[in-house]
Amino acid sequence: MHNLKPITPLGAETARVDQFSALTIAEVPDRALASLTAREGCKEFREKASAFLGFELPSVGQSAAGSAYAAFWIGPESWMVDAPYGGNEDLARQVKAAVEGSASVVEQTDGWCRFDLSGEATIAVLERLCNADCQQMAVGAVTRTQIHHLGCFMWRQDGVFTVIGPRSSAGSLHHALMQTAQSVCGLD
Amino acid sequence: MLINHPLLGPRDAQEFTYLGDAALIQRPDWQADDAADQFHEYLYLRDNPAGLHRELWFHEAGDRSWLVVTRNTVTHEITDVQLARDVARNEGRST
Repeated sequence: MHNLKPITPLGAETARVDQFSALTIAEVPDRALASLTAREGCKEFREKASAFLGFELPSVGQSAAGSAYAAFWIGPESWMVDAPYGGNEDLARQVKAAVEGSASVVEQTDGWCRFDLSGEATIAVLERLCNADCQQMAVGAVTRTQIHHLGCFMWRQDGVFTVIGPRSSAGSLHHALMQTAQSVCGLD
Repeated sequence: MLINHPLLGPRDAQEFTYLGDAALIQRPDWQADDAADQFHEYLYLRDNPAGLHRELWFHEAGDRSWLVVTRNTVTHEITDVQLARDVARNEGRST
């Protein structure tokens, strides 16, 4: 019998949390993701998507959230749907069933790693890491830019700044966050 | 160098990758009688202007859209940026 056990993007059994004087970097392994891209000429797509999600799809650079799902804009006619992994293990299948043939849906859960940054030094750390104007981003704003040559989503949520990067480079991204956090907050 | 993305505003050129002349949008009809000649020209023959040049850039580390950027190859000044999708539609290449 197989003896498989799930591991986090950083390769551990439990999610890593790093605490600095004014910053917390928390690995978030328990989110399900699926991308949603409208197909050409499918006018009913937005209605179907919003009926499923419980809110209108957000516009350029924005996110929206309902009780069960959240979604953020990732490109022209493209969005990422986000939900807790528990209970949504088949998120892509749910979304695909809801939009039927009006959009293309791709499972993204294991393609990404996520770190939530919180604390007073969050912006000071992020502005050293990327070109996005994190200070000016309002709650709900999302943009994709580079951190150490990795394309990462920067998503400002209430109280936390979420960084979603490529899972296969989770260690490199975590190293970048840690190194900058240490230079801003000092070694604790 | 900054590229003024039509949806996202000014973005650092590091986020983009360059493909080449925007004439690549005009892919020849493979069923034309002279398709071989047209494809030879399409694949291998390029203008090399000292001045304004329309070129394709991909927002690889951003929203992954293709852009048509009009850039002056002498000064690097960028005078126009459009989504390649819109350019292709205007040129009758898409529905």
